[in-house]
Amino acid sequence: MKLYEYLGKELFKEYGIPVPRGQVVVSAKEAAEAAAGLGDVVIKSQVLSGKRGKAGGISFASNPEQAHEEAGRILQMKLNDLVVEKLLVEEKLQIEQELYLALTVDGSAKRPIVLASLDGGMDIEEVPEERMIKWPIDISIGMQDYTVREICRRLGVSGQLQKEFLSFMPKLYQLFRDLDAELAEINPLAVTPQGLVAADAKVTIDDDALYRHPTLPKIKEKTALELRAEELDLAYVELDGNIAIMANGAGITMATLDMVQHYGGQPANFLDFGGGADVERTSQALELLLGTNPKVLLINIFGGITRCDVVAEAFVKVRDSKGFDLPVSFRLVGTNETEGKAILEKAGIRVFSTMDDAVRRAVESARAS
Amino acid sequence: MAIYINKQTRVLVQGITGKQGSFHSGQMLEYGTGIVGGVSPGKGGQSVEGVPVFDTVFEAMEQQPAEASILFIPAPFARDAALEALDAGIKLLVLIPEHIPLHDAMDIMAYAKTKGAVVVGPNTFGLVSSGQSKIGIMPNKYFIPGPVGVVSRSGTLCYEIVGHLTASQTGTTTVVGLGGDRVVGLHFIDVLKQFEADPETKAIVLVGEIGGSAEEEAAEFIAREIKKPVIAYLAGKSAPPGKRMGHAGAIIERGKGTFDGKVKALTAAGVKVAALPAEIVQLIKEKI
Repeated sequence: MKLYEYLGKELFKEYGIPVPRGQVVVSAKEAAEAAAGLGDVVIKSQVLSGKRGKAGGISFASNPEQAHEEAGRILQMKLNDLVVEKLLVEEKLQIEQELYLALTVDGSAKRPIVLASLDGGMDIEEVPEERMIKWPIDISIGMQDYTVREICRRLGVSGQLQKEFLSFMPKLYQLFRDLDAELAEINPLAVTPQGLVAADAKVTIDDDALYRHPTLPKIKEKTALELRAEELDLAYVELDGNIAIMANGAGITMATLDMVQHYGGQPANFLDFGGGADVERTSQALELLLGTNPKVLLINIFGGITRCDVVAEAFVKVRDSKGFDLPVSFRLVGTNETEGKAILEKAGIRVFSTMDDAVRRAVESARAS
Repeated sequence: MAIYINKQTRVLVQGITGKQGSFHSGQMLEYGTGIVGGVSPGKGGQSVEGVPVFDTVFEAMEQQPAEASILFIPAPFARDAALEALDAGIKLLVLIPEHIPLHDAMDIMAYAKTKGAVVVGPNTFGLVSSGQSKIGIMPNKYFIPGPVGVVSRSGTLCYEIVGHLTASQTGTTTVVGLGGDRVVGLHFIDVLKQFEADPETKAIVLVGEIGGSAEEEAAEFIAREIKKPVIAYLAGKSAPPGKRMGHAGAIIERGKGTFDGKVKALTAAGVKVAALPAEIVQLIKEKI
């Protein structure tokens, strides 16, 4: 779950990480009031999208009137299709240098990794490889002073700035660990006359660990259907095509989408309804898909934990209660295959035993309709 | 031969009294796995499928020493159970659960390293040395002995591919599921190294997917170290960037981990990449 900048900064503050003075506002009037106490300000739209600056979602003001005007303008905007509901009004920093600092998880090393660069402020992808320091952290000992000194040496940082880093980095690491973060990124990390200040905050929390952080607000960045799928604990992604797809397992679902495209069809979605799905779950998954008005329904089941008879039974139940008549391409093999096939065939549904046949049939049906 | 596990491997099942734990213990026993004990705190003294249940892993290890353990424990409690197994001396730990928090997975991997233990998963179907021992949840009937080693990031897709091989009477030495999470214990390279050293494995099938850099790292390793033929299938060709396709790792972020990049890396390393799962069979037959 991605956190808004202002939430990230509130957390930074709790951990003693310096952030600019500022206030969250929801109207131009509030923005003007906030600016009155801050002098020169920066006004930042609070949306979960990068490149806010380029899209015009960040502005400056040197008095409350100007802040009022700029805030009013940004609150009318849509940034990359996202409505701006909140603004962060902050003191404008006196920035001497812009750095980049992030902590994330390195899957290859199975460890947290520090990313640091003296070339902050710009798009991280544009920073040349050799200008980005990558330093994995041994999680059993965490961020030690020597770690910070080593990163500073690699960055070419010494003296007062190194002292600042020695205070700053362990705090960021603590936050990263305590909050189950996947990413804690500061870009830019501003060098100011007062020391290091986090001018931005991009924090992403591991969805699988949200249960142990009940005080964090729920942030939604998904479509209504994707949210519904999330409630049902189904892995669902909306796509643009007309062939609705459900399969059991992320890999095989992806492979099914790939095969649909290979044969010239257009997938309407990715839906992995997981292993061991019972009648209720299967029904919910089906209902979700039918809600998208697809032309064809393609179901690809290779039962391991999942039992074919359970899926078949659920399918017939939903079809009978909903009475839908769109073409269905059903592939069913694996655990309790014979029972599952019998249930479907009795209900007049043709069953394919290979993925290839089922996908080709689905693509043909989509073309014909 | 086969790798990691064989007929002699002694196995514990953690969470054996649960629905999944008991069902899959039955399936594993049927396959021939040497399950010597189960662990479920508070359920010591019971038995499941004729297997004695203990309260703690230490107790199980005193009574019924084992080398391997498989976890059927809800994600929030998996870290504790995994650390317990490693502390008690388990050398091969199979983590079935999905949704284990990322930081918990990192803790488990760090501790396993200090103990010199191998971790498979999390979010894996496990591993099977065909005809000998299965420590996992895959359907028994598709795993027959033969000359092909298979290593996969995803579960059901791997069954699909092994299913094609089995249907053409081509069996497997060992099939290893790495798991779909961002932090997993075994990587392609670890398993490839084992297959290269295993005299019974004549060819290797690698099942990958978009996201991360595991396939690129594997390609580099194959070019350098692997003499045996390697055939690959990759899922996610049609996936749009920025959308997470089920697995925690299966996402194209910042232009990295793309399908084309992976195909290019593998092809350059001499690996044949199949366009469809069924093509694997023909490609394997050409090699052995």
